Amino acid sequence: MLSQFRDRELVGRVASEIAKASKGKRLKIMHVCGTHEWTITHFGIRDMLPENVQIVAGPGCPVCVTPGNEIDAVSELAMMKGMAVTTFGDVFRVPGNRMSLSEAKASGGDVRVIYSVADAIKMAKEEEGKEIVHFSIGFETTAPTTAVEILRGAPENFSIFSTHKLIPPAMDFLLRAGVNLDGFICPGHVSTIIGVKPYRGMAAKYRKPMVIAGFEPLDLVLGIRNIVRQVVAGTYSVDNEYKRAVRDGGNEIALQTLDKAFEVRDAYWRGIGKIPASGMLLRRKYRDFDAALKFGIEVGKEDRMPAGCSCGEVLKGMMAPEECPLFGRSCTPEHPIGPCMVSIEGTCAIVYKFRRTKR
Amino acid sequence: MCLAIPAKVIKIEGERAEVEIGGIRKEASLALVADQGVGVGDYVLIHTGYAITKIDEEEAESILETWRQVMAAEKGESL
Repeated sequence: MLSQFRDRELVGRVASEIAKASKGKRLKIMHVCGTHEWTITHFGIRDMLPENVQIVAGPGCPVCVTPGNEIDAVSELAMMKGMAVTTFGDVFRVPGNRMSLSEAKASGGDVRVIYSVADAIKMAKEEEGKEIVHFSIGFETTAPTTAVEILRGAPENFSIFSTHKLIPPAMDFLLRAGVNLDGFICPGHVSTIIGVKPYRGMAAKYRKPMVIAGFEPLDLVLGIRNIVRQVVAGTYSVDNEYKRAVRDGGNEIALQTLDKAFEVRDAYWRGIGKIPASGMLLRRKYRDFDAALKFGIEVGKEDRMPAGCSCGEVLKGMMAPEECPLFGRSCTPEHPIGPCMVSIEGTCAIVYKFRRTKR
Repeated sequence: MCLAIPAKVIKIEGERAEVEIGGIRKEASLALVADQGVGVGDYVLIHTGYAITKIDEEEAESILETWRQVMAAEKGESL
C-alpha cells in the first residue's frame, strides 16, 4: 500500500491541480514537523509545486527549540558525581550556550543516549546508587510516554528535567506576531495525540485553513491542495487528511495521562522567545520527580544563539536555510553551529543532506 | 524526535507487545492505546517504544481508492 502513497503519477497529478487552482495567487504555507520537512525535501515536493506556492518549515523540531541554557544546565548535572543524564540521540550534539551534552560526556560526565524513557527507568532500577535524570524533550507525541512512566510510579532515584513543549501555542504565537502565512499543515504525529479540536479556534480566529497531513508524498500534496482550494474559496476550516492515524478526539488515554502528570506553563523556545502556555511542568503531586527542584538547578535567564546563526529566522519560516551566510560554509552537519543543523529533524540538516545528494 | 514508525503487532502480553518494523522485531508498550482494541496483526505507529495510535487500514485504503477512481475517470475521458 505504501508504494501507492509514493506513486509519482498520482503525486504529480495533484501537484498540477495545485498549479491550476493557485493561478494568480502567491501562497505561503507552513508546516511544523521535522518529518514533514524530510518528506518534502526527500521527495522534491517543492520542485513539483508551482513557484507561487511556497512551503516553509516552522518550529517543528523539538531539539532545535530547546534553549541553550537548559542544555547547559543538564550538561552540568551530568558532570556531577553520582549522576547520569539520559536523553534522545538528536539532542546529544546540540550546542548549549556554554557546552553540549556530548562535550559534557567527553569531559567525564555520565551522559547516556537512550531510545525510550523506559530505558531510563530500567537504568534507575538497576543502579540504585545512581541518580538518573532524564532530559525529557519533545512535543505532544513524546510527552505522554514520560507522563505514563511518572504516573506508573517511577523509582525514587529517577527524575526528569522537562523541556516538553506544546505545538498549538507556537502556531498561535506566529500568527499573532503577524508572520505572513496562508495556512498550516498541522503535524501528523502530534495530532494523533491532540486530535483536531486544538486547531479549530485558531483557524477561525486568524481565518487560516489548516490541514492535518500524514507523511507520504501523496498525503502532503493532498494537504497542500486542500489549503490552496480553501484560500481560493475564502474558507478556513481544519480538515483531517490523515484519518488512518488521527482520530477527531485524538488519543484519549494519552491526553488524560498528560493532564494528570503535567500542568501548562510558559516556555522559552530557542530563537523565538517566550511563548505563553507552551511548556509542561510536572504537577505538584509529582514534584519529587522534578530534577530542577530535586537538585536545585537554576537555569540562567539569558539564552543566546551562536554568533551569526539564523536558526531563529529559519524556525519562524522567515528565512530559507540556504539564505543563512553560515549554511554549508562554516555550519554543516559535521560541524554544526546552530541547532537546526544538528538534529536529523532540523530544517538546515535536512536541506543540507538532500542538496548534497542532488548535486 | 517526533518520528513514528508503522509496525505490525506480532504478539501481545498484557501491556507489552512484540512488533515488527521492516523485518526487525522490537518490544513496544501498548499503555497509550489500551482503549483502541489493538490485536495481533494490526498496525500501530510506534514512537520511542510506545504505540501512539492504531492505523486504520480501511481509511488508508479509502483515500487511495478515491484517487484511483479519479484517475481512471480522467483517463477514460481523454480516450
